[in-house]
Amino acid sequence: MQTSIILIVFLPLLAAIVAGLGGRIIGKFASKLVTTGALFLSCILSWPIFIGFLTGAETETVVPVLDWIRSGDMVVDWALRVDTLTAVMLVVVTTVSSLVHLYSWGYMEEDPSQPRFFSYLSLFTFAMLMLVTADSLVQMFFGWEGVGLASYLLIGFWYHKPSANAAAMKAFVVNRVGDFGFSLGIFGVFLVFGTVSIPAILEAAPGAVGTEIGFAGMRVDTLTLLCLLLFVGAMGKSAQLGLHTWLPDAMEGPTPVSALIHAATMVTAGVFMVCRLSPLFDAAPGALEVVTYVGAATALFAATVGTVQNDIKRVIAYSTCSQLGYMFFAAGVGAYGAAMFHLFTHAFFKALLFLGAGSVIHAMHHEQDMRYYGALRKEIPLTFWAMIFGTLAITGVGIIGIFGFAGFYSKDAIIESAYAAAVMGGGNVSAGFAFAIALIAALLTSFYSWRLIFLTFYGKARWASSEHVQHALHGHHEDESEVVADHDSADDHPVAVREGTGGYHPHESPWSMLVPLGALTIGAIFAGYAFYYPFFGTEEGAAFWAGSLVHNAELVEAAHHVPLWVKLSPALVMLIGLGIAYNNYIRKPKNPAKFVAMFGGLHTFLMHKWYFDELYNLIFVKPAMWIGRIFWKRGDEQTIDRFGPHGAATAVGWGNRLTARLQSGYLYSYALVMLLGLIAAASWAYWWAR
Amino acid sequence: MTYNFAAIVPELMLIIGEPILMLTASTMGRRATKITTWGTVALLIAATIAALVGTEPSSAGPLFGGLLSADPFAVYGKALIYLSAAVAIIAANSWFARDDEHGPEYPILILLATVGMSVMVSATNMITLYVGLELNSLSAYILASYRRTDARSAEAGLKYFVLGALASGILLYGISLLYGFTGSTQFSAIAAALGRDEAMGIGLLLGLVFTLSGLAFKISAVPFHMWTPDVYEGSPTPVTTFFASAPKVAAVLLATRVCIEALGPAIDAWRQIIIFAALASIFLGAIAAWGQTNIKRLLAYSSINNIGFVLIGLAAGGAAGVSAVLFYMAIYVVMTLGAFLVVLNLRNAAGEPVEAIDALKGLSSRRPGMAAALAVFMFSLAGIPPLFGFWPKLMVFNAAVEQGLFALAVAGILGTVVGAFYYLKIVKVMYFDEAEEELHYACGNLEAAFIGLFALIVSPLGYLLIGPIGSAADNAAGALF
Repeated sequence: MQTSIILIVFLPLLAAIVAGLGGRIIGKFASKLVTTGALFLSCILSWPIFIGFLTGAETETVVPVLDWIRSGDMVVDWALRVDTLTAVMLVVVTTVSSLVHLYSWGYMEEDPSQPRFFSYLSLFTFAMLMLVTADSLVQMFFGWEGVGLASYLLIGFWYHKPSANAAAMKAFVVNRVGDFGFSLGIFGVFLVFGTVSIPAILEAAPGAVGTEIGFAGMRVDTLTLLCLLLFVGAMGKSAQLGLHTWLPDAMEGPTPVSALIHAATMVTAGVFMVCRLSPLFDAAPGALEVVTYVGAATALFAATVGTVQNDIKRVIAYSTCSQLGYMFFAAGVGAYGAAMFHLFTHAFFKALLFLGAGSVIHAMHHEQDMRYYGALRKEIPLTFWAMIFGTLAITGVGIIGIFGFAGFYSKDAIIESAYAAAVMGGGNVSAGFAFAIALIAALLTSFYSWRLIFLTFYGKARWASSEHVQHALHGHHEDESEVVADHDSADDHPVAVREGTGGYHPHESPWSMLVPLGALTIGAIFAGYAFYYPFFGTEEGAAFWAGSLVHNAELVEAAHHVPLWVKLSPALVMLIGLGIAYNNYIRKPKNPAKFVAMFGGLHTFLMHKWYFDELYNLIFVKPAMWIGRIFWKRGDEQTIDRFGPHGAATAVGWGNRLTARLQSGYLYSYALVMLLGLIAAASWAYWWAR
Repeated sequence: MTYNFAAIVPELMLIIGEPILMLTASTMGRRATKITTWGTVALLIAATIAALVGTEPSSAGPLFGGLLSADPFAVYGKALIYLSAAVAIIAANSWFARDDEHGPEYPILILLATVGMSVMVSATNMITLYVGLELNSLSAYILASYRRTDARSAEAGLKYFVLGALASGILLYGISLLYGFTGSTQFSAIAAALGRDEAMGIGLLLGLVFTLSGLAFKISAVPFHMWTPDVYEGSPTPVTTFFASAPKVAAVLLATRVCIEALGPAIDAWRQIIIFAALASIFLGAIAAWGQTNIKRLLAYSSINNIGFVLIGLAAGGAAGVSAVLFYMAIYVVMTLGAFLVVLNLRNAAGEPVEAIDALKGLSSRRPGMAAALAVFMFSLAGIPPLFGFWPKLMVFNAAVEQGLFALAVAGILGTVVGAFYYLKIVKVMYFDEAEEELHYACGNLEAAFIGLFALIVSPLGYLLIGPIGSAADNAAGALF
């Protein structure tokens, strides 16, 4: 297994280097082949490991790679740690990544810089694998920053688009806030435990319960503080409420990137980190409570915003944000297994939804606004069915005891865990809150998911007024970029939508895009059914996780035996959401407009995403720009430059004019200067000799 | 008094050769130009060989009753002077060949000046010093106005002459004061007298200041530099080439010998003056070069600037300082001659010599080799490390730091930064500006070979010469102590 672990992690790096540095030489086809081949190899090597853990054939393995840092007490070794938790992540990352690589063959077909794109994708995969195999917090941080970098590069892949650049920067800057918390957390961990090795920390964690530490002039509980600091890092990477603002903007990147990084893998790194450190978090109930509240709030917030978005990718982006909230509060109530389970299934169906959306965008010639879609069911049937299965999975359709789609199992596991935690041991307010929110959010999820389907595939064709379609019809081939509507305001504008096809014929995507859709559809259908018991069974779960995360058997058992109404409630709210969507977008398509007219304030509030961006702009961006301007103009230009380089240059200029005047060309003035110099020298020597 | 003629063979060769060439010239007229040119070059090379091989240590000491010395210091100077004078003559040959002003007397004038310089670097007596200086100066005045039909050339000669006369007056007055207060014109006797007197009288002090001021004129140190840009610009370019090389070496070595041998015990008195002159030269040379549009004027300020660095070595004093000065002069001559050789060969469409910096625009595309060579010389003059010009600067700063003159070294280094600007500007003009007018560049094979050789010497390959030049400079410096 050791060799295959090394190969899994380093093949993508090798491919990234080959395609990235040699892309110009070997050409785009070879670049694509190398990266995609490496990823499929990684994927093929990963599944046996996962199955090995599933059957109990494999046990925790640590592959030492090299000594990294040795400085006094600080010892960081580079080692690849593979246990059940990592194995789950390995298959998720390599499977989605390899499928996305393949999908990109078709999606990025016309892009001129494909080697760069594939190199970034592989680089991202390497960093993500580094993150999930980390044996120490510092190594995890390396992967953490690596995925951040790759995400930045890929969001800004179409760097000629100002909006893509802005989005890339925003993602980077917002993640810095989270990473600052994460690094403070690592420093704190080293301070308290004297090590950054994850197993050593988890072993030492119970010993630190009840101790206090000084932070920002206060005495605070050590573990709560450490966990909260680390959680700030998780919030940044996983786009939780407060640090979520970058994720919707990250949709500026190519759609395969959104599927891989901003849905299936990177954004779940925060959840993975909390689960990886679950013994630490479990020892800090205060911190867990915060995690629960933040997760639940995010689930609700993102779901509400998702209901009004018009951009197909943004709907899914907010959906991702919301589902991440589910995972966090699952971890917050102690159901780490349920959180990982949802992470696992979500990776499949969310990647499916994104790739399906990409296929729709591809068919509609880069139009992303759902208001210009409609009636695509017949035109792109395969994509339609893939999207339907993705939606069935995310909304959690299923019949108890018989069969359900992936989300049915994992989301219900979370909701039931929240209920069980709420009533267990005298009641847990935060878990109760999370349970209530989870039901509301599930309703909203169902509503916006079906809204997406109905707007896109049903109703009448509204393609005629789309500029992109117009361009396609009139042969104005735009560059390959997807043009996202200006996200701050454009969504708000009521657009004049004309019905009709405009003579446009959408085309189904090529096989390289359909194969990944098919593979992910299988995942979206069966991932929940197949893996429910290992991930969330009472005994099976304990055996499967084998201590790689905290498996609270009591909670899991309680979750299995919640009252029937609790088990039925997700299905009920799902049906309500479906009904509302059907009523408003199929039966009475005029209803949404009436609703907007009636509740204009609420609609505007949601359109503006609860005014987070505006608020941050006011509180952080503007003052930062203002301070920056002071340092730039006053500090740098008017002080350092003025008296430094520019000052010296000016002084030289003055001196030059002076000498030029002295150098008049007249003999007598030359003689005068000589004699004055003589007198000065004599006076100086005389004065000095005295 | 013994007459050891063997020790002055190089000078004797030049002195005997000179009237023969003169007679040839007067009988053959203009046709003798070639003969006198190559005759002078041959004489100079022979004299160099004689100087290098002909000295026995026993015969080096005071000659002719202490009027002269043929010590290693003098030999080092002579070799440098003879060779650079020969290069200047060769460069002039092809430059003048393009008009009819070149005459057989031109090399002979340089030959006379070279004899004067030879005496300058050998002089150990104020009288010989003055004779050598005047012989050199009088030849130089004529050379400056060599193109007598050109008003600028005549003006340059006149300016040089008047100001030179003023400087000579100052020098003579200083010498007479020194003589009056020490009772001797002999360097060693003056030093002995200075060493005896604990407190220096005002008369001696004024004598010292006047003498140094007179010498500062010849090395064009600020504030006695005023003649330099005008004379460099006005003189025919080959003459400027000559002025910027051999006479600078002679004057610097003369000033060094006077400071160390005659005024050595009064180092505290003259060091202040030299430091002032050094810094003033560095900064004025750098600042005034800023706005120049004429490349000869620019190189005039460049020579002022470089003399400043040389004076830092002199201010440091001691064997290390003097050795740094000698080393510096050797490299300086190579860099300057190289730069002037390139300038000498710039012609416009009509075949006229061009001197404007703008004329260098686009040189890199038309004559990449020449542009590269000039770039090497410029980078080297600016003292940018991989090139050899960096090394002598390092040596003078080292010498200053060893003597505890930290402030001087720091100020000097700051000066190099200011100076780097205009050297790099030339490179920028050559490589990044579009050519405006047609530029002809007809360069003889011999000149091209010289340019290549000099560029090679100042390139990083020149570091191989650190050993031989360094030991020669050390040896020469040792002769003064």
